[in-house]
Amino acid sequence: MVRAPPGADASSRVLTVGIYLPIAEMSVNIAVLLAMGAAVGFLSGMFGVGGGFLITPLLIFYNIPPAIAVATGANQVVASSTSGALAHFKKGTIDFKLGTVLLIGGVFGSSLGVWVFSLLRSVGQLDLFVSLLYVALLGTVGGLMLVESVNAMRRTAGGQPPSLRRPGQHNWVHRLPLKMRFRTSKLFVSVIPVLGLGAIIGFLASIMGVGGGFIMVPALIYLLKVPTNVVVGTSLYQIVFTGAYTTIVHSTTNQTVDIVLAFLLMVGGVAGAQYGAKAGQRLRGEQLRALLALLVLAVAVRLAFDLFVPPASIYSLTSPSGI
Amino acid sequence: MPFPCLAFLLALPAFLAATAAQAQAPENPNPETIQIGLSTDRVFITSDFAGADLTIFGALDFADPLLARQGRYDVIVVLEGPARPVVVRRKSRVLGVWINTWSETFVNVPMSYSVATTRVWQDMATPDSYRQMALGADNIALIPQNREGDPATLAEFTAALRERKKATGLYSERIGGVQFLSQSLFRATLHLAPNVPVGTHRARAFLFKNGTFIKESSAQLAILKAGFEQRMHRAAQEHGFLYGLAAVALAVLTGWLGRLVFRRD
Repeated sequence: MVRAPPGADASSRVLTVGIYLPIAEMSVNIAVLLAMGAAVGFLSGMFGVGGGFLITPLLIFYNIPPAIAVATGANQVVASSTSGALAHFKKGTIDFKLGTVLLIGGVFGSSLGVWVFSLLRSVGQLDLFVSLLYVALLGTVGGLMLVESVNAMRRTAGGQPPSLRRPGQHNWVHRLPLKMRFRTSKLFVSVIPVLGLGAIIGFLASIMGVGGGFIMVPALIYLLKVPTNVVVGTSLYQIVFTGAYTTIVHSTTNQTVDIVLAFLLMVGGVAGAQYGAKAGQRLRGEQLRALLALLVLAVAVRLAFDLFVPPASIYSLTSPSGI
Repeated sequence: MPFPCLAFLLALPAFLAATAAQAQAPENPNPETIQIGLSTDRVFITSDFAGADLTIFGALDFADPLLARQGRYDVIVVLEGPARPVVVRRKSRVLGVWINTWSETFVNVPMSYSVATTRVWQDMATPDSYRQMALGADNIALIPQNREGDPATLAEFTAALRERKKATGLYSERIGGVQFLSQSLFRATLHLAPNVPVGTHRARAFLFKNGTFIKESSAQLAILKAGFEQRMHRAAQEHGFLYGLAAVALAVLTGWLGRLVFRRD
């Protein structure tokens, strides 16, 4: 018995630099993954988001099984948010106390999410659930962001200064009990919404493979009225640890973290993010948010399209555990 | 008790006659034997594995030279992957969305099945004989877990399972993939799909003469992940927690180094 003649093998190697993913058990093109990581990294650096919400759908479009795309996405998020969190740590724009309370909620949410994930996988509804969550969340967040940024652009054009925070205004969140003081954020709020928000983000992290920055940032600004200068840093700090916890739990219970795949995405991602951040400084805030909103909506539409379009085959094969 | 003795006495001459006939017969109608050899009993999948051809050599002994010249011998070589349970799911449209709505579980489904033959199926033997031998991707026994299910549904899912396996390249066949190099030596070229499952595979060669099955020979082949891939896979399976910690450490390190190397602010 002999293997393929070396000549035939070498000629195909020139065209596609394949790499075998040990967990996904498939060969993929190394250049495609690095480019994917770099492109998402660039966008995430530009918009100040983790990019998990782009990485996971892109991996699914690239035929990586959704279970592996989600768990590996959570791992990739750790790398991209570490980079970002370090920058904010140096600038001193992280509220550690607020971040830690969010994190405690995140650990609960993430554990619940991984449990739901295993359950959905064994009944064959994980892919559907992941897609539906993406369509619903990205559609809502993208739509709201688009409306908000277009309004802001109109206001600037009309001469009024744009403002996000109206400190005097209080809402129902501030009437809840169990209040706690967060000095860096100059806040005195109940821990209930903070823990709840953390739990929601943790749940989404483990089911969608996202950091959740695209929900965390608006929630901190509009719901908890956290000053905008500490919002991104605190969110990134929390995401590093929620992402790390989610990665470990997924790896322990589902064995779906592909370290090779994650590494390729990280390398492209951290490189792209730094260039993206520089590019982002040249654009104005409202324009940046409008662009991000369009991008988010585009991903949602693409995923929704796949739900409604008749599949190539209505049959699919899995192992009883769901991979 | 005279009966058993009598029975023995009656049986003995018949037995002697049979052995004598066999010994005396100048030619056994089917003296041919088939052998296949693998130069190695393990194949390693490396990081750049994108599918490969597997060549198996075999020999035909005691073949009738006349029949061999006329091309009356046919060989089918099969490489069958490890068997595992498989769930087949069917999607249907619910409120416009395609959702998995029905599933059937099959036990012991060969994860891969690749065939090479000397000629097209209908020229080698009858469909009935392939069915009896469970030979060919369309004839492998696929056993549903729930045998009392609706026969029509089971037939539908069994067909879907074969079709999906063929579509993903795991069940493949190569007509003309077995070639005689001489009257007795043949070479079979089988396809290993990029997603070939790891585990113990069984290579089997079937010899046909004038459309009838004569002999079978088999050999085992282990397909393993080489070096790094194998270690990663095992680490993930056996030490999930430590593997997760390592993945996180790698991510933190990459994030930190990436910032040092590429920082632009």
